[in-house]
Amino acid sequence: MIGHLPLASFTGAIEFIFSPQESNVTGGKKVGGFDKSMELLVKHLEVTVLALAIALLIALPLGLYLGHRGKGEQLAVGLGNAGRAIPELAVIALVAVLIGVGLPNVAPVLAILGIPPILNNAYVGVSQVDRVTVDAARGIGMSETAIIRKVELPIAIPTVMGGIRSAAIAILATATIAPLAGVESLGDFILNRNVYGENGLLAGAILVALLALTIEGSLALLQRRLTSDGLKVKTA
Amino acid sequence: MRTDQTRMRVLLAALAALALTLGVAACGSSDDSTTSGSTESGEAGAIQSNPENGKVSLTIGSKNFPEQEILGEIYAQALTAAGYKVKSALNLGSETVALKAVKSGQISGYPEYASTALTSFFGLEPEEVPSDANEAWEKANEEFEKENLQAFEPTPFASANAVGTTKETAEKYGLKTVSDLEGVSEELSLYGSPECRQRIDCLAGLEKLYGLKFKSFTPVDIGLRYTVLEKGQADLSILFTTDPQLSAESDKFVILEDDKEVFPAGNVIFVTAKKVAEEAGPDYEKTILQVQEGLDLKVVQELDARVELEKETPKEAAKAYLESAGYVG
Repeated sequence: MIGHLPLASFTGAIEFIFSPQESNVTGGKKVGGFDKSMELLVKHLEVTVLALAIALLIALPLGLYLGHRGKGEQLAVGLGNAGRAIPELAVIALVAVLIGVGLPNVAPVLAILGIPPILNNAYVGVSQVDRVTVDAARGIGMSETAIIRKVELPIAIPTVMGGIRSAAIAILATATIAPLAGVESLGDFILNRNVYGENGLLAGAILVALLALTIEGSLALLQRRLTSDGLKVKTA
Repeated sequence: MRTDQTRMRVLLAALAALALTLGVAACGSSDDSTTSGSTESGEAGAIQSNPENGKVSLTIGSKNFPEQEILGEIYAQALTAAGYKVKSALNLGSETVALKAVKSGQISGYPEYASTALTSFFGLEPEEVPSDANEAWEKANEEFEKENLQAFEPTPFASANAVGTTKETAEKYGLKTVSDLEGVSEELSLYGSPECRQRIDCLAGLEKLYGLKFKSFTPVDIGLRYTVLEKGQADLSILFTTDPQLSAESDKFVILEDDKEVFPAGNVIFVTAKKVAEEAGPDYEKTILQVQEGLDLKVVQELDARVELEKETPKEAAKAYLESAGYVG
């Protein structure tokens, strides 16, 4: 039985994803398999999307507004830098002890991870729109909000979307530790060596990576769609 | 809220440890052994340093929660006192990781619970784990030997998982044993470590062998097992029988008796590679066995209390234990 600790192998991990495997600690019940993998994948996506939504709600309007006004550069850029240094595990643990565990508490903490890139890029994207263009828009009588919506944002899309993509990936990756605070995710496979073994560990990592690539790809496609043709012209 | 009695005991222990260290520094004697009411008096005698051992380098590992870290520190400091060159790696995430580390030579050895070894490594069902400490050790050792590993004799204390709850909940539903949860568990939420859900010595066992269904199961880090009870988020939580909170805060928390013996109790056995033991010489095993003689349930609970409740480091707690028991001057 003790020799039954296999080294992780790619094929082993793929097997794990698709069909249930033996485990030493479950008293005979098999673990892993397609249903479980999909279940955790969906849960992982759920918490990621929720956290991203919260981050967008807070950071996007704020970043666009500040960028439009040209004010608060220190705030936007400073927050962006400081935010990247946050030790997520520590914050999750702190919130768990002070407030509680579960989705309502974990999603906001993950959202904190996503706010800096969204805020930063929204600010930079909008503030770098050519002032001449903005003036022209003002000149023909556009309201300030219309300017943000119809002139600045479309031009800033590539930068803004870049921020959103960064945020999405950061949140997705960190959702791996959500099981420590009451939220199931693919991190389950990674954190519970005793139950899922080395193959489960690798399978979890593979699934998270695949999910990340998918999200990145989808957002890149979305960005393509949203970027107006005029901006896609490449100079020779 | 700790009772005044416990606070007194704890203060006495701390003062005694302090007095000892000062006394030792002042006059170099090392035979003071009585301190708090719960540590063993030093009949064991001080560990002798053997210069031969200086040629041997050891890395002592442990899993990464307080009780394990304290044990790791006790062994590491004791072996240092015996003259070995010792490093510690007290951060192994789970028993499978720890076992791999021993087999690959990354660590010389680590303290494992006999019950965990028998169920996790050797596939025994929890009911098959012998309740006698020596039987369990012998059985585990038999299996370890097949892999060129060895387990030293067990500690006096044993630890087991337990279903715990607040005193109010226990009184409200009349809970004394785990079987009392029948018919009631569907209304109660259970919180445990992420791997608890599928382990046969945890939730899976409660479901299969007690036939219990809970309202919900929420995974949380082991360090939060009392927090979730205190905050009222959890009706039930998986605790350990050696938890200091059970004696220090016995007016708040209770554990339910495991009447169907689904949670096997494990004494700690030090697992090491045979090769390492041979190369390290007889003082290796001798020191480890000597220094663990004083580890009965009360002592371990107090050590756990120092680290988990009073926020001492495992290193400090281990040092206090070794000094107050007279193993180390």
